[in-house]
Amino acid sequence: MMRYSWLLSTVAAALLGSPATADEFGDPEAGAKVYSQCKGCHQVGAGATHRIGPHLNGLFGRPAAGLEDFKYSKSFQRAGASGLEWHAETLDAFLENPRSYASGTRMSYRGLKDETDRKNVIAYLRTFSDDPANIPEADPTATPTDHDIDPVILAIQGDPEYGEYLSSECTTCHQASGGDDGIPSIVYWPEDEFVVAMHAYKNKQRKHPVMQMIAGRLNEEEIAALAAYFKNLDN
Amino acid sequence: MTLNRRMFMGATAAAMAAPMVLADGHGKPRVVVIGGGAGGATAARYIAKDSKGAVDVTLIEPTRTYYTCFFSNLYLGGFKQMSDLGHSYGGLAANGVNVVHDWAVGVDRDTKTVTLAGGASIKYDKLILSPGIDFVDMSVPGWDITTQNAMPHAYKAGSQTELLKAQLMAMPEGGVFAMVAPPNPYRCPPGPYERISMVAHYLKNNNPTAKIIVADPKPKFSKMGLFKEGWSNHYEGMVDWIGEDFGGGNVSVDASAMTVTIDGEETKVDVCNVIPAMKAGRIADIAGVTDGNWAPVNAADMSTKADPDVYVLGDASQQGDMPKSGFSANSQAKVCANAVRGALTGSKVFPAKFSNTCWSLIAADDGVKVGATYEATPDKIAKVDGFISQTGESADVRKATYQESEGWYSGITADMLG
Repeated sequence: MMRYSWLLSTVAAALLGSPATADEFGDPEAGAKVYSQCKGCHQVGAGATHRIGPHLNGLFGRPAAGLEDFKYSKSFQRAGASGLEWHAETLDAFLENPRSYASGTRMSYRGLKDETDRKNVIAYLRTFSDDPANIPEADPTATPTDHDIDPVILAIQGDPEYGEYLSSECTTCHQASGGDDGIPSIVYWPEDEFVVAMHAYKNKQRKHPVMQMIAGRLNEEEIAALAAYFKNLDN
Repeated sequence: MTLNRRMFMGATAAAMAAPMVLADGHGKPRVVVIGGGAGGATAARYIAKDSKGAVDVTLIEPTRTYYTCFFSNLYLGGFKQMSDLGHSYGGLAANGVNVVHDWAVGVDRDTKTVTLAGGASIKYDKLILSPGIDFVDMSVPGWDITTQNAMPHAYKAGSQTELLKAQLMAMPEGGVFAMVAPPNPYRCPPGPYERISMVAHYLKNNNPTAKIIVADPKPKFSKMGLFKEGWSNHYEGMVDWIGEDFGGGNVSVDASAMTVTIDGEETKVDVCNVIPAMKAGRIADIAGVTDGNWAPVNAADMSTKADPDVYVLGDASQQGDMPKSGFSANSQAKVCANAVRGALTGSKVFPAKFSNTCWSLIAADDGVKVGATYEATPDKIAKVDGFISQTGESADVRKATYQESEGWYSGITADMLG
């Protein structure tokens, strides 16, 4: 799906006359330097094995939590089961803010804020996946995406009373006590992470169909209200 | 002090702007909830919890232990114990709800009084009915309440469910399990077909030459593609579904002979699960808020068309597009609780939002789901958006869906009962 949407957007961009310039793709050599931040936990290349994190060979097109011999967080197991695959777009979103993208990831990395660094490291990782990079069916080395949440949205002050009412829709499945018997806890989330996650479902970046549906009809104020409520939930 | 016109007008305006507290000479406003299932328990808990003692909430529910209808098919399949499905009302009592274990037998809407089988009567300012379903007499010729031991419905969880399981376990080798499926609308649209799946799962492991026949008055049913795919994947040749086109609606039973006659053809069966046509639980009829089999309600707050101070939740209501499910009842209860509390205490009333998801288990770790969101329109609760599991999904996706349903079960029971 990701490939397809990339192709479509590329075609659309071509039709609109905005050329796909070379600088939209990252530089693998520069990416190799950026990767030095990652290699303490992730090996890549010939003979790579799992360390603290899984090896990153053949990453493109792999479902999240897709290697059988690595023990992933619940969060990634769910994301994989919901259809998340690693492509340039999804890696870009994940690397920018790992915990917002997969709330329960054990990757203790704060995120790579610089867009060019992300493009470059993704281009570097792309060289360790099999599909030739220069044929249309293959994953692009990187696609420019803008999944940042508009700071205006993040700045909305939610009404916790409205949030409490709206939260009753959440607590049918997510336990107000924070318990997790198969559906993750959502209490005590930092407001920003909550807002980013909900918008990621609303924009269908995160895959889960129930959450896409629920978030899909919440407006920006309602998402802010929920975030304000869950941040302080104390029962 | 002389009362001039201006002061009088001011006082009146203030009184009108103030919350409409229906005090009527007594202290706190009173809410009576009849029925402690997914609708009633949730409404009672939310009103008590959110009003923080400002509203007296009484829940009338005859049973001491609530057995969830949802997941009761998993007991038939051997995935749950009966004890997993049982819940006490202690959590609600601790949340400030006055839980009265009795039958409501009368509602006087003029004096706003509910009478109980035990003789007591209780006054209300707002009455919430969430009585679930009863069965339509003679909807399956040959079946009535006196034959439900020979041919259980098992559509109100508890002793009937245990009886059906015992009969399933006692089936002779290569025997026949029959189901008479209900016409629309009925509680839990995928329920009969999840049940078929769970019965098939049990038989495959314990009595693999047994057969299942389903007589269905409907041409199609909820998640039909998913169930049919699952039956063919897991239980090839075991399930014979006879829909409307093949006379599935032309059915009668004989409980003493243990026969089912489908479109004129009589079959001797070993177990017969008759799920008759349904209607609102009887107290809705007694209260005079039904029109035909169900109680029409206003989508914005679940108040009945017949009486703005009487609300009907869940299966018994006729509200529009939502399926009759525990999830729906729970969702409707929160909208209703918010509106009732607002009317009684002046708390803020927010716009109605409804949602539903129904998970079903087809075989071990093979879960599917369907869901939708809904909004209140002047005419009805109307569907906004929805999704359904796809045929051909991977085993990982199906397993994750099942695990999610377990999470939901814990979530909704905590949300209802505290």
